[in-house]
Amino acid sequence: MAVAMKLDSKAPGGPLESKWTRHKNQLKLVSPTNKRKYTILVVGTGLAGASAAASLAELGYNVKAFCIQDSPRRAHSIAAQGGINAAKNYKNDGDSVWRLFYDTIKGGDYRAREANVYRLAELSVNIIDQCVAQGVPFAREYGGLLDTRSFGGALVERTFYARGQTGQQLLLGAYSAMMRQVDAGRVALYPRREMLDLVVINGQARGIVCRNLITGELEPYVGDAVVLCTGGYGNAYFLATYAKNSNATAIWRCHKRGALFANPCFTQIHPTCIPVTGDYQSKLTLMSESLRNDGRVWVPKKKGDTRPPNEIPEDERDYFLERKYPSYGNLAPRDIASRAVKAVCDEGRGVGASGRAVYLDFSDTIREKGIDYIKEQYGNLFEMYQHITGEDPYKVPMRIYPAIHYTMGGLWVDYNLMSTIPGLFVLGEANFSDHGANRLGASALMQGLADGYFIIPYTIGDYFANTTLPKVTTDHSAFKDSLAEVHQWLTKLLSIQGEKTVLELHRELGMILWDYVGMARNAQGLQTAIEKIRKLREEFWNNLRIPGDANMLNKNLEMAGRVADFMELGELMAIDALHREESCGAHFREEYQTPDGEALRNDERFCYVAAWEYTGDISKPELHTEPLQFEFVTPTVRSYK
Amino acid sequence: MSKKMTLHLRVWRQPNARTPGAFVTYTVKDVSPDMSLLELLDVLNEQLIKQGELPVEFDSDCREGICGTCGFLVNGVAHGPKRGRTACQQYVRDFKDGETVTLEPFRAKAFPVIKDLVVDRSAFDRIIAAGGYISVNTGSAPDANSIPIPKDIAEQAFDAAACIGCGACVAACPNASASLFVSAKIAHLALLPQGQPERIRRVLRMVEQMDREGFGDCSNHGECEAVCPKSISIKTIALMRREYLRALWSR
Repeated sequence: MAVAMKLDSKAPGGPLESKWTRHKNQLKLVSPTNKRKYTILVVGTGLAGASAAASLAELGYNVKAFCIQDSPRRAHSIAAQGGINAAKNYKNDGDSVWRLFYDTIKGGDYRAREANVYRLAELSVNIIDQCVAQGVPFAREYGGLLDTRSFGGALVERTFYARGQTGQQLLLGAYSAMMRQVDAGRVALYPRREMLDLVVINGQARGIVCRNLITGELEPYVGDAVVLCTGGYGNAYFLATYAKNSNATAIWRCHKRGALFANPCFTQIHPTCIPVTGDYQSKLTLMSESLRNDGRVWVPKKKGDTRPPNEIPEDERDYFLERKYPSYGNLAPRDIASRAVKAVCDEGRGVGASGRAVYLDFSDTIREKGIDYIKEQYGNLFEMYQHITGEDPYKVPMRIYPAIHYTMGGLWVDYNLMSTIPGLFVLGEANFSDHGANRLGASALMQGLADGYFIIPYTIGDYFANTTLPKVTTDHSAFKDSLAEVHQWLTKLLSIQGEKTVLELHRELGMILWDYVGMARNAQGLQTAIEKIRKLREEFWNNLRIPGDANMLNKNLEMAGRVADFMELGELMAIDALHREESCGAHFREEYQTPDGEALRNDERFCYVAAWEYTGDISKPELHTEPLQFEFVTPTVRSYK
Repeated sequence: MSKKMTLHLRVWRQPNARTPGAFVTYTVKDVSPDMSLLELLDVLNEQLIKQGELPVEFDSDCREGICGTCGFLVNGVAHGPKRGRTACQQYVRDFKDGETVTLEPFRAKAFPVIKDLVVDRSAFDRIIAAGGYISVNTGSAPDANSIPIPKDIAEQAFDAAACIGCGACVAACPNASASLFVSAKIAHLALLPQGQPERIRRVLRMVEQMDREGFGDCSNHGECEAVCPKSISIKTIALMRREYLRALWSR
């Protein structure tokens, strides 16, 4: 594996506090009259996509917005529960842009770019202003001003929230801003479209090929730039907190057209999800991290203690997060809390029928602050828990277990959010940029909106002003070739006519990834995973059965295409995890840990972004590295004790 | 572990918008009561694919009741027997062992059937585009705390803003009116100080678009409120009427 391509992050030098301002001042501008001449294809309409489409259209660009859902309002950003971070310091508790930057860099275990993370922290305050102006009904105090609460990995209360539906309210804000531009004729909306290829002409991203999910028709679209906002790839694991339609197909097709894929093994496991109950289960449901503000996590001290929770006396309970991490307690970051939960379950102290769960107990808070307080803060989450489990969490502690929730890895982008393909920009969870090896709670919403509202409107103009874009139409041979390739690929999928369904094969892939590329990894397991995935991929292409044909609404065909891509991406995740011989953030290699079981980084060898290039052979990707320099913070052992 | 159950599913099958549909009954045996209704459909579809038949198409995404993607009539009730929930939050345990459960798409002129249980609800997006927003360009917002909003007003606005746009209100209404959906957005924005400047234009344009899409009139049946998975109050419709009259007078 050679290091050939030079990855230029384009991160500006100079003092940290003024990097973004100076960079903006140096970016070239496009005149208002000329903006109308550019067409931008925005793929995905979650927080990043909707905010980008709205903001770019407001500037005067022609925007075409695509989504796989029947309406752009349904993108999975909608399911984010707990909140959004911003360094407003309204609580006067010592918060600042610097502290949000520092917490995020440290939370990511020193595997993110300083310049990007500082910019994110800086923009966080503008996001709250923008959203409030749009009418987002954030929680307020009696005086009428905005309320905030704590989240994992922070000692200040900087998380703004809208009950347990913050993602929904922020997305509806961005969606409505975009719909205003639809009304103004500046955004054309293409729902129920799935991007199946990127069209690259003279080395520049110039279009996409979509499948119309109702008619099955393949449709080519020309643009001057493509902005991918298609989310993360956690559904590779099958069971995850992602929506059923979340997928990696758009980013994976771009990867196969030349975009480098960064840090694929950085996948986040969220500690507080509702445990798996049966093999029919189709997805996992998150219980917001905000619950850890008022819930205490515990297991019985004794192994195999099957008494009901309320019969276990206080001195026979182990509040293990409070015990192991006294300063952060139940608000330890996600990776650390997840591993601690796994460890107590591995010891045989897990609870519930499967033994793979721990208690999240609210009885102390209910006693101290009353049941109405809990209802106001978390009412909808308690309701959701009761719907799913049939148990009343006001009376019996919740049972929770870690689940796949977010992917920090994604397409490599520079400081301008442009991938290694000129004209292909990647925003939100789909890129790798800001969270390093572990994302802090309430930072995904912040990143999606910072990228869409406040970064891409500046950087895309600089690209246009510096680039000659010859006129192309869908008659260009690159479009014809792409259409033919996609058509052939769909035909191939449909022609297998084997015995197994997409669901069965996807579940098998998910099991492999969860067992070997999940919360704890080791070299032998990762090699096993690679072999198993290769075999399963072969079986997929020989034994898959898809009903119906390509000229109809056919959800099994859609799923099959996505799973075909997960079968390839899954291998890259394992290859990346195997190559990174250290533990950092959510990537925990059992061989590399401190005596007390914490992640042991190797800054000498791995203080870099691993960006993988597709070589034509899925099993032989080429590694490129972008070294990470820390000028303003010193990477130390990350302690939450 | 609770006892396994058997359910008969009487499902509306319609290949596309142009071809008439009909009910077909299927049986799914030995299912866990803890399975969700959509997971039951997943199991049925696996059976159908193995038998060489076309699976039942239905929309779903988040499967936790927030995205508004799923929704069909379950025994004639939009989303199903448990109130205040979406179709994905109904469970097998909510039905009787051996029961026949009828599943059919939302029925409304403005929601044409696409296939099986899938309908086209894009009319809702066009109504929002007509005025369901506050016109504020990115970058022009004042500091978030410069406009204090009394807590109870913010909470009321939130109650209306919680709408997930699933369309159950339309499906439940004998007139196929979209009044609850439209009034939820109007109430959300009319209650907030930020929504004041466009208050008149917003209600006029949204109501006009609602009529143009072919939704019926509201005649106070209250069925919409009963099936709303987010329990949005019919009081928002009263508010919308006041807003509309006020707008007409001031025009």
